Amino acid sequence: HLHVRVEQVKLLDRFSNKSVTGTLHLTATHLIFVESNSTSAQEIWILHHHIASVEKLSLTTSGCPLLIQCRNFRLVHFVIPRERDCHDIYSSLLRLLRPVSYDELYAFSYNPKQNDQQREEGWQLIDLAAEFERMGVPCDQWQLTDVNREYKVCETYPRDLYVPITASKPIIVGSSKFRSKGRFPVLTYFYQEKKAAVCRCSQPLSGFSARCLEDEHMLQAISKANHNSRYIYVMDTRPKLNALANRAAGKGYENEDNYPNIRFQFVGIENIHVMRGSLQKLLEVMGTRSLSMTDYLVGLENSGWLRHIKAIMDAAIFLAKAVTDEGASVLVHCSDGWDRTAQVCALGSLLLDPYYRTIKGFMVLIEKDWISFGHKFADRCDQLDPDPKEVSPIFTQFLECVWQLTEQFPQAFEFSEWFLIQIHEHVHSCQFGNFLGNSQRQREDLQLKERTYSLWAHLLSEKQNYLNPVYSPSFAESHPVLEPSTQAYHFKFWRNMYHQYDRSMHPRQSILKHVYKVFLHLSLHSSEMTHAFLCLCAFPQKLQTFGVSTSPLKPQTPPRERSHPPRPQSLILGAPLLSRKEVQQEEDEEVFGEEAREDAPASTGGERTVEGSSATENGYGELKGSFDSKNEPAVVTLEFGVARMTC
Amino acid sequence: MEFAELIKTPRVDGVVLHRPFMPTVEGTLCLTGHHLILSSRQDNTEELWLLHANIDSIEKRFVGSLGTIIVKCKDLRVIQLDIPGMEECLNIASSIEALSTLDSVSLMYPFFYRPLFEVIEDGWQLFVPEEAFKDLESMTDEWRLSEVNKDFSVCPSYPSLLTVPKDIDDESLCKAASFRHGGRFPVLSYYHKKNGMVMMRAAQPLTGTNGRRCKEDEKLINATLCAGKRGYIIDTRTIAVAQQAKARGGGFEQEANYPQWRRIHKAIERSNVLQEGLIKLVEACNDQSHSMDRWLSKLEASNWQSNVKEILTTACLAAQCIDREGASVLVHGTEGTDSTLQVTSLAQIILDPACRTIRGFEALIEREWLQAGHPFQQRCAQSAYSNGKPRSEAPVFLLFLDCVWQILRQFPCSFQFNENFLIMLFEHAYASQFGTFLGNSVAERLKLLLSQKTVSLWSWVNRPQELERFLNPLYEPNNLVIWPSVAPQSLLLWEGVFLRWNRSTKCLDEAYQEMVHIIEYNKELQNKVNSLRRQLAQLETEDGPLQTP
Repeated sequence: HLHVRVEQVKLLDRFSNKSVTGTLHLTATHLIFVESNSTSAQEIWILHHHIASVEKLSLTTSGCPLLIQCRNFRLVHFVIPRERDCHDIYSSLLRLLRPVSYDELYAFSYNPKQNDQQREEGWQLIDLAAEFERMGVPCDQWQLTDVNREYKVCETYPRDLYVPITASKPIIVGSSKFRSKGRFPVLTYFYQEKKAAVCRCSQPLSGFSARCLEDEHMLQAISKANHNSRYIYVMDTRPKLNALANRAAGKGYENEDNYPNIRFQFVGIENIHVMRGSLQKLLEVMGTRSLSMTDYLVGLENSGWLRHIKAIMDAAIFLAKAVTDEGASVLVHCSDGWDRTAQVCALGSLLLDPYYRTIKGFMVLIEKDWISFGHKFADRCDQLDPDPKEVSPIFTQFLECVWQLTEQFPQAFEFSEWFLIQIHEHVHSCQFGNFLGNSQRQREDLQLKERTYSLWAHLLSEKQNYLNPVYSPSFAESHPVLEPSTQAYHFKFWRNMYHQYDRSMHPRQSILKHVYKVFLHLSLHSSEMTHAFLCLCAFPQKLQTFGVSTSPLKPQTPPRERSHPPRPQSLILGAPLLSRKEVQQEEDEEVFGEEAREDAPASTGGERTVEGSSATENGYGELKGSFDSKNEPAVVTLEFGVARMTC
Repeated sequence: MEFAELIKTPRVDGVVLHRPFMPTVEGTLCLTGHHLILSSRQDNTEELWLLHANIDSIEKRFVGSLGTIIVKCKDLRVIQLDIPGMEECLNIASSIEALSTLDSVSLMYPFFYRPLFEVIEDGWQLFVPEEAFKDLESMTDEWRLSEVNKDFSVCPSYPSLLTVPKDIDDESLCKAASFRHGGRFPVLSYYHKKNGMVMMRAAQPLTGTNGRRCKEDEKLINATLCAGKRGYIIDTRTIAVAQQAKARGGGFEQEANYPQWRRIHKAIERSNVLQEGLIKLVEACNDQSHSMDRWLSKLEASNWQSNVKEILTTACLAAQCIDREGASVLVHGTEGTDSTLQVTSLAQIILDPACRTIRGFEALIEREWLQAGHPFQQRCAQSAYSNGKPRSEAPVFLLFLDCVWQILRQFPCSFQFNENFLIMLFEHAYASQFGTFLGNSVAERLKLLLSQKTVSLWSWVNRPQELERFLNPLYEPNNLVIWPSVAPQSLLLWEGVFLRWNRSTKCLDEAYQEMVHIIEYNKELQNKVNSLRRQLAQLETEDGPLQTP
């Protein structure tokens, strides 16, 4: 059994010159750093699956530096005193973070102490058949087809698929043969109010002139299923140039001459390779120490990241407008129909349907458009047998688009951004079975429902951590369809995602946290009032003398039914608590309040600051020792984070 | 001069007003000496009252006989007026142009404005130097209030009363003044109660190319150091700019003459460059056609966010020297009326919890901006839409407010006021019915008899019914130093000002209201719980210990 332990390891802060010393443990599943320092003693737990790369830098006087980059954008920089220890950890990690078979993934050993029944119930939480029923499908125009029951028509689709009633089996099979990977047009969302359908597929194998009557029939059938519109939109989410290039390979896009009732539209979202490169550039810029504002803005622009986010959002808005304003059905595809198509269909549905903006609904949406329709999580998130060309932050972009929406519509979502970040965390953690593998078929082969646990059950069990305090269910009534602005200035850099673990970047007081605290008080007050009221009832005769009637003393409930999230503590304020102990500690502080702690002896370093905001951490300039040095420098320039002194 | 001479057409009917995100209004346009008024004369539509002083520039367009005037305001709003009749349109346009560019201060609206409320607490008397000095006296006896500038002859931009080291006599002050740009000799800006360190401000020393020195100046600033202690001089200019200043008679403190001081150069832009940045930024924000790349590159090119970062970093550095290094600090740039004040006032917000209250912030603006001689009238004469070559306009104060907003964003529970308070100050600095921001110095304000002839902004703001809008529901006083992050990722564009008229804020406003609602409901419950507790305690003392049911 593996357990390596190294003492006296230094952990360097990424952006300042601060460091802490502690012990490094390597277990079968985690790399753990425990700070040896008395009071704070922070612990860092890094799951092996989260590690994207390990790098051994050249030896320095203080030891051997080890740089670890994680998929959740954490970056840790250790300095290990002895070269041999460093090498041991390095080589063990290399072995551990490249599992060769699915069985090695954490999900298969993770055991949250649930029995089989609980596990099963967890997997039953999300039921896609029920979801289609909620949308009003099957109906007089749409039916469930069993053509893919055995995964014979399309390996990467789920078993249950919904198609127009006029689409017969031969049409389906014919159409599937004319589409990349057999991914023929199927229903993914039904907008009941206008009977408009959102369908998805892959590109047609049209080349320069090929046709397929069944495929043309299929699109006709989709069009006919909607009496509100004489045409359907076909959205090719690729840039036109890419689609043209695909024609040379016998693929391509629909020719409007052959498909009578379509309106064809390119929307220009870039491919997985461009997106991968873009994120890389973004992270490089954001990781720069002493980053100037100019380099930040230029880097943000050059990375193209926000441009891509905006392109996805624009496409989703186009889809939502076609459905709501024109009542038209929309068919979305890209090349294989599992990346851009998933982004646009999922985000479009989220704009159309308030259900997807609730915690449960958002899980359903991910389960439907991403998991069941075969977004290749294993490849894109580099779970196993890495092919670096297949890795791409497609799902991360979707989460970010949702976050951008929460910024414009703070009351529209039941969940806070922490929910999105947590899902992102687990897409890469391989701790739960949901995102393992590339398709439903593969998941069945892996027997995930029998051998692993569902993330959704886990997240629902701590739902209170993810609630958005200003969520208003009535917002959905006044804004059933979200109409976000796509002005460039509405898109912001998502600091809490990409700098989640960089403490010094975050506000040291958070509105979210504050409102959480108020929630806690609300529940305390309610229970205390109940108690006091019951006590007072013991002296009914006395109540009159106080001029108090019994009615106003009835225990009050908050204006809306809410559960009460505990006060969170994390690097980002607003994140859920990690342990019971912290909850207790937080509550204790609550009781004594700020004043009490004010007078307490100052902790190490003697800094008493708000939520740990500190001058040194932010590095406005380092002044220490500058007067003590004998050779006083002639010029001192203090720049962000570093003082450069020239004599 | 009669305003009537400038108003050729006082009234036009059938004018249509267009504003972004608001319904169009058709009504009658009236011009008065100080206002442009548009009223639909229907009960439920609001009227537009626009101060001429708020108009930054106008543009005229004609399509047939329908004229259009685009009015661009100093608060960055842009509105459009469709005026039937070419002659009427031309008349209105030329009147607006004339009335919005009146040269004489005494013709400004504050001299004509009569408040519709009763002035309970006169803002002109609220923040007098004597009162501030009393507070200081309660903490230390190292300082005195000097009247050396009582007739403004030593330094025309300083107030008549100045806080200086006790051991320095007025004669030395005069000599030091002659060694500093504009006579702005080092004076006390802030006393850090926690460790007795101080922050002083001044203008650049007039060392010139031949390295002139002034013993009195050296003695003056050394008098602020404790025995054996050393201090920091924060020069807000780069070393290169400071070197160049020597050629024009300015300069910086030579190490040899100030051995107890360590000089640090920062790179805060000079005010004339800032104006260009504001114009570029607002232009970028107003162009709805930008692609993401173009928006980001225009935002970058404006340099606005860089300026915010540099100013904040310098202020944090000053605060760090005082609080963490336990050293006193002298801050100056060139004139000591712009970047210097940005740094000294922001450092106080970081260090001193009192400055984060409404009263404290007002006092800070009085002390560090108005009395310290920031030339508001010159700097705020034009805003982002000015066409002409800028004379001495510069958004120095707006940048300061932006920095405060950044800190407020990072410490949303530490300020008694909210964002609206900062936006209100921005508006009134550029155009106002109150006299507070008129003039360029205390001396000018006295000459204009502002305190007799106009109403103070504070008289109005501090009324409980106005104050309500500016209170931060999240405020929980805390006595700690607040250190903001100055990483570019932590600094945001101040949307409340720069995108204010370009976006619909309905959803954001409602979310804010919901938050306020939750917090107020909590307070209400807290009060009920407390009163129940009291009742219970009283009952228990009357009836002996009670068995809990």
